[in-house]
Amino acid sequence: MTLANPNEMINHKRERSTFSALNWVAIRPYMMIFPSIIVFTLFFLYPIGYMIYLSFYDWNFISPDKDYVGLSNFTALLQDPKFQQVLRNTFVYSFATVSLTISISLLLALWLNKKGAMYGFVQGAIFSPHIISLVSISMLWMWIMDTDYGLLNWFLNLFGIASIPWLTDPKTSLLSLIIVAVWKGIGYYTLIFIAGLQSIPKDIYEAAALDDTSKVRTFFKLTLPMLSPTLFFLTIIGLIGSFQVFETISIMTKGGPINSTNTIVYYIYENGFRFFKIGYASTAGVILLFVVGIFTFLYFKLLSRKVHYQS
Amino acid sequence: MAEIRLVNIVKKFDEDTVVNNLNLTIEDGSFTVIVGPSGCGKSTTLRMIAGLETPTSGEIWIGDDCVTNVEPGKRNIAMVFQNYALYPTMTVRKNIEFGLVNKKVPKAERESLIREISEIVGLTDHLDKKPHQLSGGQRQRVALARAMVKKPKVFILDEPLSNLDAKLRGQMRRELIQLHKRLGTTFVYVTHDQVEAMSMGDQIILLDKGVTQQMDSPMNMYHDPNNVFTAEFIGTPPMNILERGHLNTVLPTLFENVKYVGFKPEHAEIIGETEERRTDHVVLQSEILTTETLGAETIYTVSNVAGMMNVKSFDNPITESNNVQIAIPYEKLYFFDEQKERIRFLEIDRAVSQPKPAIVGGV
Repeated sequence: MTLANPNEMINHKRERSTFSALNWVAIRPYMMIFPSIIVFTLFFLYPIGYMIYLSFYDWNFISPDKDYVGLSNFTALLQDPKFQQVLRNTFVYSFATVSLTISISLLLALWLNKKGAMYGFVQGAIFSPHIISLVSISMLWMWIMDTDYGLLNWFLNLFGIASIPWLTDPKTSLLSLIIVAVWKGIGYYTLIFIAGLQSIPKDIYEAAALDDTSKVRTFFKLTLPMLSPTLFFLTIIGLIGSFQVFETISIMTKGGPINSTNTIVYYIYENGFRFFKIGYASTAGVILLFVVGIFTFLYFKLLSRKVHYQS
Repeated sequence: MAEIRLVNIVKKFDEDTVVNNLNLTIEDGSFTVIVGPSGCGKSTTLRMIAGLETPTSGEIWIGDDCVTNVEPGKRNIAMVFQNYALYPTMTVRKNIEFGLVNKKVPKAERESLIREISEIVGLTDHLDKKPHQLSGGQRQRVALARAMVKKPKVFILDEPLSNLDAKLRGQMRRELIQLHKRLGTTFVYVTHDQVEAMSMGDQIILLDKGVTQQMDSPMNMYHDPNNVFTAEFIGTPPMNILERGHLNTVLPTLFENVKYVGFKPEHAEIIGETEERRTDHVVLQSEILTTETLGAETIYTVSNVAGMMNVKSFDNPITESNNVQIAIPYEKLYFFDEQKERIRFLEIDRAVSQPKPAIVGGV
């Protein structure tokens, strides 16, 4: 064994230490987010990837073999008239729910954005559905909307209006679910709108008053543009949320009557966990992912330009 | 154009009386500055004139119309806010145009007005920008343009320069004076800064705790204050107010009812410690505590038997010694009574043999 040149050894050491120090600086940020990356991969990326993988297979959950079927799940699904109705139901439900919730909450927020015990009480009252579980809400509304013993029909009968089979007639069943979603949503939306309204500086309203601006014009030219970030946020989370509606349908209608309230997520559940058509269900999941993705993308592309963020 | 009259105006917020029985007349075409410390009710008064607040009692007249219960938009008034209150989502052009559209001014006329006004305030290149892309000074100009374009009877300005830096503030001050000359409209301007009040106003209204202290021209305000409050508010540094009790040795023969004696910093003269006594001056043996050299002038803070006071001198700063005498001529003294109100027309009795004055008087 020969002794290495001591100078060389020192140089070598120094090189290595500077190298590793540099490396550490470069790696550190990734190390910091590593734990969350693991969680993200395990519970988010992997399931999505696996879902896409499964959409090319025919599998019943139990058998050890999965049969590769190529794109036939997709072609079958897109030609399935039931699935077309499911898509239609989902779109109708989402747009109706979001537009109704937003417009009603905005009106409520304009009314409630004042000081006073009464306004605080009303605000609390309309917010309360938000903290109740959807299962309880569904049970409650099943009773309210019962054709023979429901509170709603009893109330309508008082005014001489004939009973409406809210949940049992395909004509009204989707509307009934929309009513429940709007009822649950307005409290939360109103709260966010009130916060948005309160962040608008008061002096621009005073300036508008001195400019002799009518109330309607003040609303459309000042309030609404100033609320655009809130509006944008609520529309996005509202649409994404309502595309994924499940609990109310599962409890109140089970997708019926005659498929009239079946939406994408319930359809996925039905195929996957009741009919054990996992590949088929995964394909529907891929399509849902795709639709929500396109919507979000379009929304950000088209509308975010019109949003005014206060600096 | 119009004269503004406030008659017996009282404004209470709950039990707090912010403005107490205010009576004032703002002359047609004047540049009137309402000045006072924070919480004196000046902004509330302004907002009542604008119609953004309703007085608890009293009447507001603009010209021949009683506008006490008229909506802000119908008073023919334009206001410039402290934070400009520009419409953030609109371009500069839309901001200026907004009020005109409300008034249903035809488009061609609107455009020529916008062109004309933006020329005056120097915004022509920025018409298509949004407020957040502009600097503070430019935003201020947009606010002015938005007010001017309506051709109002009265301009109301609520501390419009307080968000600008010192240099820009000086520039905007001069521009506002020119603008007022050019338009000839009544300007009502609120500020807490007495320098702004002195330099811009042709009438100053000094408020304290909702009560008018003095209503006068800037020069009268400065040279002829009604009371201790005015004297201590106006001027940089303001008048020195001394308690009579501390002056018994130098002014033993003062009238009984004089409780406070004041003099302006620039009227005192600093003389050497050993210099001979001057006969018709109040002379105080003093020590210099601080020296502020401002170039053209020097401000000393001195301490003596009567307390601390400021002296302004236009000579070169004194460096040799901290022990000096300050001398104030008798005729430059101001006298105030127990209620801190001014006592005028006290004559100096020069007949009595010196060095002690018998009765002294002042301005």
